[in-house]
Formats: sequence, C-alpha cells, structure tokens
Amino acid sequence: MILVRGVDKRFGTFQALDDISLEVPDGSLTALLGPSGSGKSTLLRVIAGLEAPDSGTVEIHGSDATNVPPQRRGIGFVFQHYAAFKHMTVRDNVAFGLTVRKRPKQEIRSKVDELLSIVGLAGYQDRYPNQLSGGQRQRMALARALAVEPSVLLLDEPFGALDAKVRAELREWLRNLHERVHVTTVLVTHDQEEAMSVADRIVVMNDGRIEQVGHPRELYDNPANQFVMGFLGPVSRLGERLVRPHDIAVDTAPADGAVQALVTRVVHLGFEVRVELRIDGEESVGVQITRDDAERLDLAPGEIVWVRPPHHERALDVA
Amino acid sequence: MIVERRWRIGLRTVALAYFLALLLLPVGLVFYRTFEHGVGYVIDSVTTPAAISAFWLTIEVTAIAVPLNAVVGILAAIALARSDFRGKALLNGLLDLPFAISPVVIGLSLVLLYGRTGWLGPWLADNGIRIIFSVPGIVLATIFVSLPFVVREVTPVLREIGDEQEQAAATLGAGAWTTFRRITFPAIRWGLAYGIVLSVARAVGEFGAVSVVSGRVAGETMTLTLLVQQRFENFELAGAYAASALLAVIALLTLVAMTRINPRREEEHET
Repeated sequence: MILVRGVDKRFGTFQALDDISLEVPDGSLTALLGPSGSGKSTLLRVIAGLEAPDSGTVEIHGSDATNVPPQRRGIGFVFQHYAAFKHMTVRDNVAFGLTVRKRPKQEIRSKVDELLSIVGLAGYQDRYPNQLSGGQRQRMALARALAVEPSVLLLDEPFGALDAKVRAELREWLRNLHERVHVTTVLVTHDQEEAMSVADRIVVMNDGRIEQVGHPRELYDNPANQFVMGFLGPVSRLGERLVRPHDIAVDTAPADGAVQALVTRVVHLGFEVRVELRIDGEESVGVQITRDDAERLDLAPGEIVWVRPPHHERALDVA
Repeated sequence: MIVERRWRIGLRTVALAYFLALLLLPVGLVFYRTFEHGVGYVIDSVTTPAAISAFWLTIEVTAIAVPLNAVVGILAAIALARSDFRGKALLNGLLDLPFAISPVVIGLSLVLLYGRTGWLGPWLADNGIRIIFSVPGIVLATIFVSLPFVVREVTPVLREIGDEQEQAAATLGAGAWTTFRRITFPAIRWGLAYGIVLSVARAVGEFGAVSVVSGRVAGETMTLTLLVQQRFENFELAGAYAASALLAVIALLTLVAMTRINPRREEEHET
C-alpha cells in the first residue's frame, strides 16, 4: 500500500500539489487522472522519490519513504518518452537494474529472456532502442522496470507518445499484464478513456488537489462535482441540472415531467446519434440516443419533442 | 539548372581557393622549406637537446592541463546543464573568459598574481615556490587558455539528452557514480572527445600566454612554439621550419585522432 499524507509541492510560485492525501491499495491499478498542470505527474514523481515534497510524507508498504532516495524505494518507473538507454541493446537495457544489483550473469540472462517474452519482445535482445517502434520501446521500458521486481510500478503517461491504435493495444496489454503480475500500479494519464478502460480506481486531480477518488463507474455515474463530471464524459445542461447527454429521455409524445424542445440538428455517428435541441428558445442541449431510437422517433430538424431528465442520482445541480 | 550548376562550381572554387591560400599553402610551404635541405638536416635540428627538451615540455604541459580541464570541464558542464544555483549565469560567463581575453593579457594577469612583485609573489618566494618563469606558470597559462573547450562541447550534449535516462537509472537502483559511468558518460563521450582534441590542439599550440610567463630558459621553460619563435628571430630559419613541422605533425595527429572519432559518431544508435 502507498500512503501519501499532506503533501505540498511548489515550483517557484506555482503550487503543483496542495495538501494531497491519498491511499493506493495493494494490488490495485490506480489512475491519476487530470488535465495538464493538475499535479498528477508531480504526485507520481513524489511517490517515486524523483521530487522531494515541501511538506508531508510518503509511506510505501508500511515504512516511511519520504527521505528514501529513488534507488531504495523498490519502485519501477516508466516514462512517457521511454527513457531508453540509447547506447545499450534491449538486453542490456532490461538487465540494467539487475547488473546494478550484481546478480549472477546466468540469472540475469534467463530473467531478461523471460521478461522479454512476457512483453512480446522475444528475439529482440540484440537490437538497439532506435531499431524499435515506439510501442516496442515502451514495452522494453516496462520490462526494464519489472526486472527489479518492484513492489510498486509507476507509469507516467506511458502511452502518451504513441498513436491511437498502438495506445489501445498497449492499454489492453497492460490490463492483462496487471492481472498476471499483480504489482501495485499507479498510472498517470490525462485521457479519461484510458483511465476508465485500464484502472480499477481513478483519482481525479485538478489544480494540485484531489477532486474525487473511486471506481471508474462510480465516478462516471456519481461525480462529486462539476469538474469530475465534465472531465469524465460529456455533459449537458437541462434547466438547473447537469446530466449525461445519453441519460436524457426523448419522446415525440408528452410525458410526466417532460419539457418541450425544438430539434435543431441531428448527427448520425453510427451506433450513436447526437441530437441538438433548443428549450424555450434558449441555449441548446445536446442529447445522445441510439440509432434504433432515432429511427423509431424519426427525428428531423424543426420537429418538436419532449425531453425528460434522468432520476436524481445521475444528475448534478448547477453550482 | 545551368545557372545552378555554375553557382555550385563557383562556390566550390571560392571555398577551395580560400582554403588553399589561407591554410594549405602556408602549411605546405612549411613542410617544403623544412625538407629543402634534406631529411638529415631536419632530424639533426629536431634532435638537438633544446628541441628534445622543448618537445617533452610541450607534451608534459599538455598532459597535465588537458586531463585537468577534462575533469573540471565535465563537472562544470554537469553543474550548468543539470542544476540551478546562485551564480550560474556568472559561472557560464566566466567560462568564456579565456576565449574573450587575449592570451597575452592572460599571461600578464598571471605575472601580476604570481610574479615576483605580484600579489602572491612575496609569499611564494618566501616559501621557495617559483611559478612565473618556470614550468608551473606555463601549465597554469595553458590550463587557462584551454579551459572552455570541454565545457562548451559537453554542456549542449547534456542538455540535448535530457535527464530522463539518468532518472530511469536512479529508479533502477543505480547510484550517482554508476549512473555517470554507465549512462551519462557513454552519451557525452563523443562531445568530450572532441573537446579534448580541441584542448590538446590549443595546449600544444599556445604561444601568447606561455611566452609571457615562460622566461624562455633554453632546456627548461622553452616549449615548442617558443622554440620556433626563438629560432625564427635568430635567423635559424631551417631550424624554425623543422620545429614548426614537428608542431604541425602533433596537430595533424590530433586531427587524425578526431576524424577517427567522428565516423564512429555515425554508428551511434540514435535516430
């Protein structure tokens, strides 16, 4: 378990972390999610020991690590831009932590081969990092971090520099890896979809503070505030309520609690259909419905429909 | 196309003529005049006791100044590229001082500090330490003039590679020395080698600063460049040419060493 208590960190006049307290349970895959400048990377680097907090403590597996250098924290760290050792082969990269620990040559060799086959780079031992693709470099970096058998794996935007397709593959792959290796993992990302698809816990950060911590679905369905709601998915405003656009019920006939609206635009996106409405001639409201519903209602601009907000717990009052 | 071709040929001609007139011709002439009276004469004039002593003094001074500057240069480059401290801008500016100030002025400043009537002169004399008109003065002058090369070559390389690899090494358990030896050093070695080659060339060829502090005691404080000057002034032209040729050979050897380094730069596994 990682325990962060009351951590502050300033860079000049910029307050990167503001009294952060956080608990990362053993074996979890926790995502630190937030926009750039929210302090998520700084928090990860404080946990790693790459940044020293101005105040507060970091505890890793029951012992105070606040003043322990990164070398002795038992962590594995993966950087956004891979931080591959360019002048070393893949084998030497992955073996680095083990050679520093002066393990026997034979042990290092078999361990490296084993790890490279886990990350799908078997046979790449003698390549240099510049002979690998971005995704392969990042998998090599993961193998290198895992080689020292860290008790905590810290990933700083690990897929941020990769293209969308490779990113999706590696997410899936990381999820599977985590199920096999079960090392406590903290992942920093600004991509809510990545956090929701990979993590079992999400910590939403903003302006150096933690906004909310919880299971992905819990955060999506019951956001603590407007920021969390807006960061995790699309939001529409219906009267004085903030709701998910796909939670709004649309019908061509009046119903209890429904209000009248004018259809201004219909956009077909395959399975999803986005409908823009105007209520009382005011600002427009975005609604997402399924293709089947759209066909059944036969919506077109200029038509009048009735919309109904979802039940209470799925909506947030405008602050 | 024709115009472009003419341009290209014109540019090449100008560049080649420039190099020929300013570099190849004078250096070539030195070699030509050197061997004008036969190889035997050359061997004789570079094996006189004065010439041998000057040769070894030059080597000795270079062998002290260059490694010192390499170590200090690496440390200064790391300080400049990796940390933030009060007076960093000042240090950065000071490191260019040897380039900015005329070597003669550097020599004079050393005399003002360590000379008999200089600031530290009386104290040094009392303790029987002789710096000016002695080998330590030549070494100091040479260190001074060749100080910036390694720093100026290594700092940009350090900046360019960034510190992520070093941080990665730290998270993998490597201490500061291991990280330097296995991560930082291999990354800066070509920049360092180039800086060292330039330092050697400057240390071997330095004249102005050294001539002020040396005193030109034959067989004691006479470096090769000073020997060339002395022979030239004494109208021993052939001897001067021979000593010049020896200097040129040392310079060429360092250049060859550098070109042997450069091709290996291409092999570096970077994209």
